[in-house]
Amino acid sequence: MSTATRPEGNDTTAAPSGRREPGPGPRLTRSGTVGLLVKLSALAVVNALGVYGLIALFANASWLGFAAMGVGLVVVDYVYFGKRAVAAKYLVPGLVFLLVYQVYVVLYTGVSAFTNYGDGHNNTKATAIATILSSNEDRVPDSPAYRLSVLSKDATLYFLVTDPAGKVSLGSAKQPLHPVGDAVKDSSGKAVSLPGYRTLSFTDLLAQQQKVTNLRVPFAQTGAGSLRTTDGSNAYVYRSTLRFDKARNEIVDTSTGQTYRDNGRGYFVDASGNTLEPGWQVFVGFENFTKILTDPNIRGPFAAVLTWTFALAGLSVLTTFAMGLLLAVALNDERMRGRRVYRSLLLMPYAVPAFMSALVWAGLFNTDFGFINAVLLHGAAIPWLSDPWLARFAVIFVNLWLGFPYMFLVSTGALQSIPTDIIEAARVDGASAWRIFASVKLPLLLVSLAPLLISSFAFNFNNFNLIYMLTGGGPKDLSAKVDVGATDILISFVYKIAFGGQDRQYGFASAVSILIFIIIASISAISFRRTRTLEELN
Amino acid sequence: MTWLRSTGWRHLIGLATLVFALFPILFVISASLNPSGTLVGSNSLFSQLTLANYRNLLDDPMHPYAKWFLNTMVIGGLTAVGTVFLGACAAYAFSRFRFRGRRTGLLTLLLVQMFPQLLAYVAIFLLLLSLKDVFPVLGLGSRLGLVMVYLGGALGVNTYLMYGFFNTVPREIDESAKIDGASHAQIFFGIILRLVAPILAVIGLLSFVATINEFVIASVVLVDPDKQTLAVGMYQFVSQQFSEHWGVFAAGAFLGAVPVVLLFQFLQRYIVGGLTAGAVKG
Repeated sequence: MSTATRPEGNDTTAAPSGRREPGPGPRLTRSGTVGLLVKLSALAVVNALGVYGLIALFANASWLGFAAMGVGLVVVDYVYFGKRAVAAKYLVPGLVFLLVYQVYVVLYTGVSAFTNYGDGHNNTKATAIATILSSNEDRVPDSPAYRLSVLSKDATLYFLVTDPAGKVSLGSAKQPLHPVGDAVKDSSGKAVSLPGYRTLSFTDLLAQQQKVTNLRVPFAQTGAGSLRTTDGSNAYVYRSTLRFDKARNEIVDTSTGQTYRDNGRGYFVDASGNTLEPGWQVFVGFENFTKILTDPNIRGPFAAVLTWTFALAGLSVLTTFAMGLLLAVALNDERMRGRRVYRSLLLMPYAVPAFMSALVWAGLFNTDFGFINAVLLHGAAIPWLSDPWLARFAVIFVNLWLGFPYMFLVSTGALQSIPTDIIEAARVDGASAWRIFASVKLPLLLVSLAPLLISSFAFNFNNFNLIYMLTGGGPKDLSAKVDVGATDILISFVYKIAFGGQDRQYGFASAVSILIFIIIASISAISFRRTRTLEELN
Repeated sequence: MTWLRSTGWRHLIGLATLVFALFPILFVISASLNPSGTLVGSNSLFSQLTLANYRNLLDDPMHPYAKWFLNTMVIGGLTAVGTVFLGACAAYAFSRFRFRGRRTGLLTLLLVQMFPQLLAYVAIFLLLLSLKDVFPVLGLGSRLGLVMVYLGGALGVNTYLMYGFFNTVPREIDESAKIDGASHAQIFFGIILRLVAPILAVIGLLSFVATINEFVIASVVLVDPDKQTLAVGMYQFVSQQFSEHWGVFAAGAFLGAVPVVLLFQFLQRYIVGGLTAGAVKG
């Protein structure tokens, strides 16, 4: 996201100003010593951080990170201490960021596209089993009472328990029970406080009743269950009736004898189809991709969103370019006074951060209180943002406001660079002003601006902020089974699938993201090839 | 009549567009000064002028606007500087050195950056979550960590744009400096960077603006209200009570836009050159 706001051009012939001859030799030598010092200290810092990172990663047992960090460090040292890889010295810094924050996350998304990652399937199988077992616990019949004091420290609640034999242990939701020695006991032998912790009084307990009764403090030994309380003064042993049978890959309910089998799709299911929540992540092959075409709940909305995305991107380029060009032609006359003032002021919509502009326009288009209805249309109640077609119109209109200054600037530049002798020749031949524009200037302009128009198309194809801030994708299509609105473009549609309110399907969203990537990349590749802007790369 | 035919119609088009371009901006300024503070009250333009909305904006402890503003400027500034530096280094390598995989490398950069970073939001979240255990300053909730994520996009279209610009600097300059005993680093930092200053300014500005506008990743990385950016903070602010908070929102929008608009006006000459440079070939 941190590349350009608006698409830019790709190559240049404009000569930089203020060319200077290089300074004399001695100065360079002195700056050479300074440079060496800077380089050495930078490398020292990088290596120190790298070694620290290696240790920390080792301690965390994150082996992938450890390997990546190790390789990275070796490469950096090789490149900067060696003399041979000069080009790499300039590429490595950017590449490090690229690999970590772009390539890695793209690959991760690519892999997720083939899984069922999402609500209900968030974690690994082992975690899912642990959660299932702990959430199906019941009080063990006739189990002894543990006398309990509830403590708190740093906003975390702890159980300080005295077992029937008089031994004292401490534990919290995250920290299993472990023996403690220095607890203070009352006359009955019940541990009541511990140095460094605050004991909750009766009123504290009442105030945090919900939290206390929901607290589950596990025993250190796995499968031993946990302690829970209902009154804050006695705790009882709770144990799961479910058992995971590793050899048969199923979960058995020991009280009823019911078995839940791994259904291969990330759930334990019993014979009558009851599932145990939560599930876990599994690979589902191309299912997420085929779903777009085969699932009737997705297919319709997806086609509509795709069409609108292309329409929006195309119409945005068309309208902004038409208006920008008209302005450029109108204002590109040397006899005109105040051209610089015009340009400075017309630049304003481009300069104001777009997210703010979109929010402001949302206010202007507001049906009840917005300026457009209330003042310009004398109190009309036109549902600008809640009628599907009006909302689409509003989106294009606002994008025209946001985008025309850019097109005005580039068209002006392109117009001014058309050689005057061509125009003169056409004029001598008796061509009218309109004819000169339509047959000479416009074709030349289109050739030179084509790459910018393509980039602009790609930019608007993914113009998330415009949609999110102006309409939020709405008005919502209530007949659809998925959360989708009339102005949703692909990228905002994906955002809703992946991070929306309910039933988040990250795996499916990743698949659509990959599709967006493929669409944009192919459009750009084809058109760049046709406009031959990459030819100079050799 | 002749005036109308020669330049008059040009002024008419220009003025009409000015009304279109400036109206929303004037509306925001008026709303920010209007004491009613509501959307409907803002419709009577410039009827009453007070600074009450600005005071409310800066006094609200629930919505620390001043901090958002500062965060945005620092995050945007750091990202811009980093993007320019990393991009310029890479562009120098591509423009001045011949190495294996150069062409492929440049094309791959363009391609990889076509994946919108915001769609990888979950991956970024998980990455920063695990980074937090190793380098807490770069982990989830850290502003510096967010800058690093943005710098992942430093190489890409920007590099390509700069590469083109670097190519216009004659190689003879490098050669003569080399004869004078300059190293490649001295040529880069001492000579080339100065000659391409205009394009650096444009890239820096565009990257700054893009960062300010970024919403999705900023909202997932920065949870603490004191660390958030304007885009995240102000969106939540108006999405809660759209029409009642209007005056305060307008004040915030105006203040937030001022530095960017000033930068644009200040760098206007470069922007026009930099944007069109790519497109316009003889």
